[in-house]
Amino acid sequence: MTAVAASRLITVEINGVTYEHEVPARRLLVHFLRDDLALTGTHIGCDTGNCGACTIHLNGEPVKSCMLLAVQVDGASITTVEGLAPDGELTPLQQAFSEAHALQCGYCTPGMLMSASALLERNPHPSEEEVRIALQGNICRCTGYWNIIEAVQRAALSGGSA
Amino acid sequence: MTTVETPTTEAAPETTLERGYVGLDYPRKEDRRLLQGQGVFVDDIKRWGMGYVHFVRSPYAHAKILSIDVSKALAVKGVYGTLTGDEVALQTDPFFQIASEPGAHVRDYALAVGKARYVGDPVAAVVAETRELARDAAELVEVEYEPLPAIVDARRALDEDAPILHEECGGNLAWQGTYEWGDLDAAFAEADHIVRISELHFDRFNSTPLELDGALVEYNRGTGQWTLHCNNQFPGFAIIMMGPALRVGLDKLRFVTQDIGGGFGNKITSHPQLVACCLLARKLNRPIQWTEWRTEFHQSMSHGNERWFQDIEVAVKADGTLLGFRCKALDDAGAYLRYEPLGGVIWSQVTPGMYRWRNIRVDFTQVMTNKAPVSPNRGYSRMQHLWLTERIIDIVAHELGFDPIEIRKRNYIQPEDMPYETPNGCVYDSGDYPRALDLALELIGYDQLEERRRDAESRGRLLGFGIGSTLDSGTNNFGQSQLINPDLQFSGNNEVATVKLDILGEIVVTLGTTPQGQGHETTAAQVVADILGCSPDDVTVRAGHDTYWNSHAGFSGTYASQFAVTGLGAVKGATEELARQMRVLASMVFGCSPDDIELVDKHARIKGNPEAALPFQALGAIVNAGNAGFPEDPPPLNARYVFRPKFEVPDKERKFGNLTLTYAMQIHACVVEVDPETGYYEVVDYAAVDDCGSRVNPKIVEGQVMGATAHALGAAIWESFVYDDEGNLLTPNFYDYHVPHALDMPPLRTGALESPSPFTPLGTKGMGEGGGAGIHAVCAALQDALRSRGGAIVSDSHNPYHRVWAMLRDPDATRANVEVVSK
Ligand code: FES
Ligand code: FES
Repeated sequence: MTAVAASRLITVEINGVTYEHEVPARRLLVHFLRDDLALTGTHIGCDTGNCGACTIHLNGEPVKSCMLLAVQVDGASITTVEGLAPDGELTPLQQAFSEAHALQCGYCTPGMLMSASALLERNPHPSEEEVRIALQGNICRCTGYWNIIEAVQRAALSGGSA
Repeated sequence: MTTVETPTTEAAPETTLERGYVGLDYPRKEDRRLLQGQGVFVDDIKRWGMGYVHFVRSPYAHAKILSIDVSKALAVKGVYGTLTGDEVALQTDPFFQIASEPGAHVRDYALAVGKARYVGDPVAAVVAETRELARDAAELVEVEYEPLPAIVDARRALDEDAPILHEECGGNLAWQGTYEWGDLDAAFAEADHIVRISELHFDRFNSTPLELDGALVEYNRGTGQWTLHCNNQFPGFAIIMMGPALRVGLDKLRFVTQDIGGGFGNKITSHPQLVACCLLARKLNRPIQWTEWRTEFHQSMSHGNERWFQDIEVAVKADGTLLGFRCKALDDAGAYLRYEPLGGVIWSQVTPGMYRWRNIRVDFTQVMTNKAPVSPNRGYSRMQHLWLTERIIDIVAHELGFDPIEIRKRNYIQPEDMPYETPNGCVYDSGDYPRALDLALELIGYDQLEERRRDAESRGRLLGFGIGSTLDSGTNNFGQSQLINPDLQFSGNNEVATVKLDILGEIVVTLGTTPQGQGHETTAAQVVADILGCSPDDVTVRAGHDTYWNSHAGFSGTYASQFAVTGLGAVKGATEELARQMRVLASMVFGCSPDDIELVDKHARIKGNPEAALPFQALGAIVNAGNAGFPEDPPPLNARYVFRPKFEVPDKERKFGNLTLTYAMQIHACVVEVDPETGYYEVVDYAAVDDCGSRVNPKIVEGQVMGATAHALGAAIWESFVYDDEGNLLTPNFYDYHVPHALDMPPLRTGALESPSPFTPLGTKGMGEGGGAGIHAVCAALQDALRSRGGAIVSDSHNPYHRVWAMLRDPDATRANVEVVSK
């Protein structure tokens, strides 16, 4: 029984803020973000790493935060959906999502935005196929993806990335 | 290449809407918070001292529970407490059963009592300081089981020697009823051909919303009241299930929702888990947090109704006129009747599908099996039946050599027949099905089909084309429940909204609904803005549902394709009343008649006189904070309206009556390409035409059409809850249960017609479920593709590649399912 799991002090920069936190060794990064730091924009939709609702940027790369332990991000820099538009001014990608009706319930949206913004960061003018490939790790159950793909392409046209 | 175009509809009939903001693609009010991660979903809510609950679930599909020992779990530091079935049986009453005999005898509790009846059946619960600890401690609960044989195949459930789930029912029958309308003998005597299909199977799947079920439940010891922050999508139903079970009045249960991460009907029947949370919150005197894990959802929540259709006989005239059909329907409800056996009647909202046949008989039987309980799933129960009617059309066409388009057009209910009374008394409100089919054919480029077929052949592929034509019946008459159980007292429907003008001139709306992405805040604001003479931006629609707002009634919730009718009907009614009150108040100030007042530009003014104008803010201030000096009471500027569609209780003997108010229509067309070597296939082109009457926000409507299309494609090709013979679910997560992702989606063109409903306040029809048109379109397209390779008959709604491969390999085996007798 691991009732008293070993814990460890980690230092991590999230959305520009540095946190020092004692975390149980077994805590998933996504639970650390959501339950310990109240960064609840990052969501959970599965147990198997398939849905991408939990996608964040870890040192600039999109990763699934349910597939990492919190202790693994010691020393890293993280961006979550809350960090995309810290001043409340929507990014061109976020605006394009609204204009193209690329979200319904909005549950997949943070993960979609993180995957799509990472794509636009490395490839500002992706083809439709490249958009689909970049989003294949993100499940949306509401939209059928068509409007999401359109939103990412629109954002690319407007020259905006994250 | 994705192309999405909505051709403008020429000659759309007059609408009953005054179009201002209504009818526009107004940007959604919900988007801003959701795009910034500021939505509040149930798992986001925390309370001081809360405990996380984890359910201990049965690993057996069927087993006696001999004993449960929680002592090891309780001994762990940080574990707050436990709950077992025995405690539940003492502290609650079994849930009310909708069924008449024999299903009425099912004793269903929040946790399994005495017996577990499916893999995943919760038998105990553990609450602890953290999620991880609760999960670990749940593993320390020792449950002694005596495994029993399981019944997995519904077709064996009524066998003499079948294991029985609920002994109190005397067998596994949940409900049985015969539906017969018209004159079957005459129809079959008149027929030139009788087409027999021995068996069709509609598969088990559900729409698997991305957010899981959950709740944060607080108990107030002083008042005896529970507050449930949750994502249940039909609080009106949950509350009447839970109150009597918990032995409390309904006001002791306060439901609060905000953002819900998809529902699709799957979040209607969470009442057992919610009751467990209520008991734990009271027992442990602390808030209880419950969030399901994905595996738990797949194992235990809201599977769609699996249905077998057997001994189907269809009466067809030489010219292709369909006279009628008869069949048996065998519905697999799973282990408990949580919303069932309503599926046993809901299908009859669309008895003839879109066709004019008048002679129909269905012998409906619902049985219980050792699988997860079924509950509503997008297209609930009608989808299964519509799939039957579409399969019949395409099998008849295939066997008798009719063109699938011509046979549809010949048999469709025609626009001049509208409103059309079906053989069982339902009234289809409006629509032009042949024109919708033409539009779908145009969108998919039907005139190029033969060329494309040849092109596919040259690449070694088999091309197939298929149509799915379906109805999305909306706004239930709950009187239909009496066809299942004549002793029930439910009938009609209702929904509530309140609208007020507040002290600083804010317009505030509350709804009784529980939206899960359908944009209710936006469309409600559009309706309010047009009536009050302001912009949707001036209207605050509170997010979600709260029992404390007093804006709900017995049927409140978001389910069964109805918001645009019931929800917006309530918003319209409340806003018109508020507008009336505002005119009365302005007339009191100006000393004129209320009829002389108009509401324009956020002002109440004397008609045509911009000088005599009171800003909304002044009206709000007068009533709320400056009301001295009026000889008569000024109106409250606060209106509550209950929308009630006018329904009659159906005739229980004849099973006859109007069961739903509106009938949105979908025609989907698709093109598939099959690899004849492997059975692998792709949907290479897709068109979806929808007619849901007047559209308040076409973009939102189109979003629903797209979502329903994606669900249908998923169900047709990839998604299935597969059980082994022992009742183990083989697809308990998103790894094994493949939901479509971005690369799976075909190019899509959408089209819309607008045939306003004559029966609704805004000319709208409920929509969103989509009738499963895509499932039918894919089945039809596969059958078309396989025609040149032995003419296999598609008999299952779910056709993964290996099944297509089997059909290619042995088409005759599938053809044995069909027989034609011609006179
Ligand atoms: S929650 Fe991380 S992939 Fe699903
Ligand atoms: S918008 Fe609901 S899951 Fe994507």
